[in-house]
Amino acid sequence: MSDPLLKVRNLKIGATVYPPGEKPHDIEIVHGVDFDLAPGKVLGLIGESGAGKSTIGLASMAYGRGGVEITGGEVWVNGRDILKSGIRDVRSLRGGEVTYVSQSAAASFNPAKKIMDQVIEAAVEHGKFTKAQAEDRARALFAKLGLPDPDNIGKRYPHQVSGGQLQRCMTALALCPEPDLVVFDEPTTALDVTTQIDVLKAIKEAIRDTGVAALYITHDLAVVAQVSDDIMVLRMGDMVEYGPTDQIINAPQEEYTKALVSVRSIRHEEKQPSATPVLTAKKITARYKGTNFDVLHDVSVELHPGQTLAVVGESGSGKSTLARVITGLLPPSHGKIDFAGRSLSDALAGRSREDLRELQMIYQMADVAMNPRQTVGTIIGRPLEFYFGLKGAEKRARVVELLDKIEMGDGFIDRYPAELSGGQKQRVCIARALAAKPKLIICDEVTSALDPLVADGILKLLLDLQKVEDVAYLFITHDLATVRAIADSIAVMYQGKVVRYGPKSQVLSPPFDDYTDLLLSSVPEMKLGWLEEVIAHRKMESAGN
Amino acid sequence: MHPILKLVAQRLALSFLLLLAASALIFAGTIILPGDVAQSILGQSATPEALANLREELGLNEPALSRYFSWLGNALQGDLGTALTNGRDIAESVGYRLKNTLFLAFWAAVVSVPLAIGLGLLAVRFRNRWPDKLISGVTLASISIPEFLIGYLLMYFVSVKLGWFPSVAMINDTMTLGQKLQAIALPVTVLTLVVLAHMMRMTRAAILNVMQSAYIETAELKGLSGLQVIYRHAFPNAIAPIVNVVMLNLAYLVVGVVVIEVVFVYPGMGQYLVDHVSKRDVPVVQACGLIFAAVYIGLNMVADIVSILANPRLRHPK
Repeated sequence: MSDPLLKVRNLKIGATVYPPGEKPHDIEIVHGVDFDLAPGKVLGLIGESGAGKSTIGLASMAYGRGGVEITGGEVWVNGRDILKSGIRDVRSLRGGEVTYVSQSAAASFNPAKKIMDQVIEAAVEHGKFTKAQAEDRARALFAKLGLPDPDNIGKRYPHQVSGGQLQRCMTALALCPEPDLVVFDEPTTALDVTTQIDVLKAIKEAIRDTGVAALYITHDLAVVAQVSDDIMVLRMGDMVEYGPTDQIINAPQEEYTKALVSVRSIRHEEKQPSATPVLTAKKITARYKGTNFDVLHDVSVELHPGQTLAVVGESGSGKSTLARVITGLLPPSHGKIDFAGRSLSDALAGRSREDLRELQMIYQMADVAMNPRQTVGTIIGRPLEFYFGLKGAEKRARVVELLDKIEMGDGFIDRYPAELSGGQKQRVCIARALAAKPKLIICDEVTSALDPLVADGILKLLLDLQKVEDVAYLFITHDLATVRAIADSIAVMYQGKVVRYGPKSQVLSPPFDDYTDLLLSSVPEMKLGWLEEVIAHRKMESAGN
Repeated sequence: MHPILKLVAQRLALSFLLLLAASALIFAGTIILPGDVAQSILGQSATPEALANLREELGLNEPALSRYFSWLGNALQGDLGTALTNGRDIAESVGYRLKNTLFLAFWAAVVSVPLAIGLGLLAVRFRNRWPDKLISGVTLASISIPEFLIGYLLMYFVSVKLGWFPSVAMINDTMTLGQKLQAIALPVTVLTLVVLAHMMRMTRAAILNVMQSAYIETAELKGLSGLQVIYRHAFPNAIAPIVNVVMLNLAYLVVGVVVIEVVFVYPGMGQYLVDHVSKRDVPVVQACGLIFAAVYIGLNMVADIVSILANPRLRHPK
């Protein structure tokens, strides 16, 4: 075996934390991690948030984000310990030998500068190429990464290209200086699933063709299985398991890795529709004020009591707008909504307190949906007071009862949101919605911001609550695994229209329409070689047409 | 039409309307002052007949609205009327004074704007370390001391004790540029000290705000040095707020330098205005007010237009 390009020994990383109500203090977030990376190989770093994977990735560039500091250990790149190097040497390493692709290219490109200038900047700055050479190389990379009009796309500003294209531009930016190592930090996480597959393919081919080594950081094991040679599983700053990709996916040794591999194993039998739906949206057409195009065209869906309708689609498909129309936040230009046997007013102002009570909502970002200065007890108690006039001991008893339902217990009643984990915050939001005894809860991407295992817990809770409370869910998501786990019926949305609608078993069985087929086949599967299979399959199909 | 042209045109039209409204306010303000021009010219002991005659002569018996429009119409043609106190053409005297004020403001801006922005960049580069604290401390101290006090202190030490620059900033057309600059060195220094802190702190805050962005991390991970990151990546995104505060201070340099002009006996607009306010010379006060309003509105309009032009999303729509 050749000498490793990157050798990490006993890496320890610390950070200063500012917990509410306590003095700031230092904690250790990575507790001594070792690994090697040979030239041209790809190592996947996988774990949930807080595992320290991004922090380790950035440490290979001798960089600490925010208050993060590398406190011990060694990081050898090309035969020298970069933690002992001077600032000049570190600067020539960053952007020269090691480059970085971030999760959000949209935020990582400077909005005031053209794409080309940003892509070639590091290569020119480090004297690897002249400006003209670097531009030629960038154009070749744009072409290799499958960007449209590779000769001219560099002349555009970041806001003039799409998110998926910008993510590929970011990959070009990282590859332009001919680095030895690229750190990919969740490069496809912010993308739609159909876009993700193209970017993933582009990244994989670029790694193969340029012979660069890579650290591939993600929380999605199915994604990392497609690109990496080895995988290291991390949890709370410790290494859990480290081995070849095949072994980690097919024969995991540790319990935690097994849980990650088998995540999304919820089985949910679809229920038969009842005679009268609780919610009927008829031919809804809607547009936002001041715009001249319809975000929703002629959308009709039904939802039966105690059941779940999953509305699935990519960003911009209109699924969240549908929720806004149903809640009354955006009056539709055409169409009507029937709810619990009565017709709902288009506008929020025209709805009765009873309408508001029976139709509750849970949001994607639990932490911004709660007042940070209120305790859990106040947050959950508010709807009890508002809708049922409960006070004092009666109210407190009901809050405790609700906390039991979300499996949290009365110890949380006087805690503030900042003291809760992401999953606990979302549970409190669920309790707040349940407090109103609603007939329907609209769940808008409620698990998207959560780690897979935590998200699984939330989905299980929602399903259990549905059985007990007989509440219906309108479940908005872009994640098809979630849809499979929870839905009774499914509406697939694309560009403001419902392109496929029916019971789950029917929607998810062939024959498919083109869009649903594309959507379903784009969801990464937890097996090696899946990406190649899909790409080969698509090539064959397009050749057949 | 390019959307940015439309935005700029809207902003121009708005400035014009604003100036019109300002002119109406200035005119109305001078009308509601107690007493009238005839009274102030002839003094308390004037006979009623003399007053009536003078009012007739000055056109003061016309309705206010028609006087406003004839005043505005003349002003638009460059005729600001004649001063009551000395019967001179106002446009001519104001022109000379305005030129001097702009001369002083220009050189104060040439010194203070680059200095403020440079110090702001340095403060960001060394934030929370001694250079940042030193810059903040010194500029804050200089803005906290009243400007006339700084003026007299400089006069005492630099011109009286050291004899480097004259204490009185008299300039006239026969002087060369070098002589003029030597004459205004002290007032320029004082003005710079007065406007520096505001612009420096705003530059620092605007750039620090941008420094939180993810693209700054990208730039750092390209191996750029601290200053390169700041001026290549942070500064272009902080232009709008910086230009705004710069323009506010430039407006102050033209409109708000009365005290400095009096301290250094500089023949500028401020002193001219103060002289004629005390003599109740209404046409001069109106003319000066109109010019100050135009400068203020014009500079703010420039700031807004630069902000529009600095936004790549507006400059290069999808």
